Amino acid sequence: MELYEYSVSALKKMLQNKKVSSREVTEAFLDRIEIIDGKVQAYITKTAEEALKKADEIDSKRQKGEELPSLAGIPMALKDNLCTKDIKTTCASKNLYNFKPPYSATVVEKLDKNGAVMLGKLNMDEFAMGSSCENSRFFSTRNPWDLERVPGGSSGGSAAAVAAREASYTLGSDTGGSIRQPASFCGVVGLKPTYGRVSRYGLVAFASSLDQIGPFANTVEDVALVLQAIAGHDPMDSTSVDIPVPDYSEALQGDIKGMKIGIPREYFPDELSSDVKDVVQKGIKKLEDLGAIVEECSMPHTEYALPTYYIVAPAEASSNLARYDGVRYGYRDKDAKNVLEMFMKTRNEGFGEEVKRRIMIGTYALSSGYYDAYYLKALKVRTLIRRDFESAFEKYDCLVSPTSPSVAFKLGDRVDDPLAMYLSDLFTVPANMAGIPAISLPCGFSEGLPVGMQIMGKAFAEETILKVAHAFEKNSDFQGQKPRGVE
Amino acid sequence: MRITKKDVEHVALLSRLDLTEEEKEAYTKQLNSIIDYMNKINELDTEGVEPTAHVLPIYNVMREDEVGESLDREKVLENAPEKENGQFKVPRIV
Repeated sequence: MELYEYSVSALKKMLQNKKVSSREVTEAFLDRIEIIDGKVQAYITKTAEEALKKADEIDSKRQKGEELPSLAGIPMALKDNLCTKDIKTTCASKNLYNFKPPYSATVVEKLDKNGAVMLGKLNMDEFAMGSSCENSRFFSTRNPWDLERVPGGSSGGSAAAVAAREASYTLGSDTGGSIRQPASFCGVVGLKPTYGRVSRYGLVAFASSLDQIGPFANTVEDVALVLQAIAGHDPMDSTSVDIPVPDYSEALQGDIKGMKIGIPREYFPDELSSDVKDVVQKGIKKLEDLGAIVEECSMPHTEYALPTYYIVAPAEASSNLARYDGVRYGYRDKDAKNVLEMFMKTRNEGFGEEVKRRIMIGTYALSSGYYDAYYLKALKVRTLIRRDFESAFEKYDCLVSPTSPSVAFKLGDRVDDPLAMYLSDLFTVPANMAGIPAISLPCGFSEGLPVGMQIMGKAFAEETILKVAHAFEKNSDFQGQKPRGVE
Repeated sequence: MRITKKDVEHVALLSRLDLTEEEKEAYTKQLNSIIDYMNKINELDTEGVEPTAHVLPIYNVMREDEVGESLDREKVLENAPEKENGQFKVPRIV
């Protein structure tokens, strides 16, 4: 077994017992990236030199017998919308092609203090807007299971890197499914924490009432370890909540006997491909075999979540993205003769097609005469969607559904049809609307491609969904399969 | 409610986007189909429903008004497309 194939928790033990050094592990991942990334194209920026320097620091501390934190010496990588001090943070946009943040995001600081070794920055849909990674202004990342298919999005690079073992774990961000959907497509575990569980300070904003940062890894246990390191209150983000962070690894213990799981029937509509449906239903059966009490339930406003999302998210984005005006950082059209022309040309050239489309939708929904009909109406529907969850969680500990209506689709298949692209977020968007935590984990395969199962929980009940996910994972029989595209 | 090319031009100006002719045509078509889809929410009666702008019960987060560390001016200006005398430079405004 190669060093890059071990889980985070296995590497942690091997490093602690000095079976291996951080330099050896880091070099194994860097070599892996050299060999594989030409095919997968997960990385925008590689930081090999900094990584080795950090690895050596950790190794020398360990040699001296210093007490080291949980993730010390383990190589990881970050979605390129997380600010890294003095290291390019592009959001896969021409607008930020040369941006070097003067500060790091809180999650980046936290991982750094935890001894993490950063290998580089990962590809994504421009400004996290997209479901396939094809909206990156640089290149499209490929799905390690089939290089002709998309890895999902927007955190496509983060999911593909973990699947292809180009990083032991990664961070992504999730506004409407951008962690869970690519995790599903790439056959890895991805967690969107509760809104407010993880500080968003230093995450380049897309839709501020929906955005949340979360981890990707190959196992539920690893995701719990990483969540532990990044969760908690941050004075720099007033929407991060000041409540204690539980021990997530501890929470994985024990069985799920008697746990009540709701299966919302609206998450199994006609649009759901039958192969995905079969695999997820088998997964649900497995949870029942493990002792959970499984019941069908109804969440009547589910079908309104996607149209609501595509008003609320673009509205917030149109406001957040007003800052890209060519004045303080990033791209500027140098030929403009006056300042209005500079704004208009800079923005039109700096943003790609999908980002402009969403700025236009959002501006329209907020504009005079349409505000009440679209934006305010959408916020009211958002309340109805929240209430669906509140009443479901009165009866159930968690809710289980497919993560996305299909397996990974082929590159180019949906680029000309924005609505078809938006539909892959059908089952992930509601959790963002309600601010609740949700995890996607591999549930099986359909024609050789991974299918993800989504587990949604009550606000700040990450422990519950991690526990159910862990119980499922331990008892599944398809672990250890390697992505065909890169083996 | 149909969105015309004129509407698209108006929204593009509000958005500060200098769209090309082809883009205006494409967005007119796409915005119509997307807005049609959004209109689905009008099936719902939301009379008396409070809007949710934000999911957390957090209001007015206060802290002590203390002087903290600021980012270094030169450091911040490193990212500027154009700068002069420690300031951001833009085309003439008036």
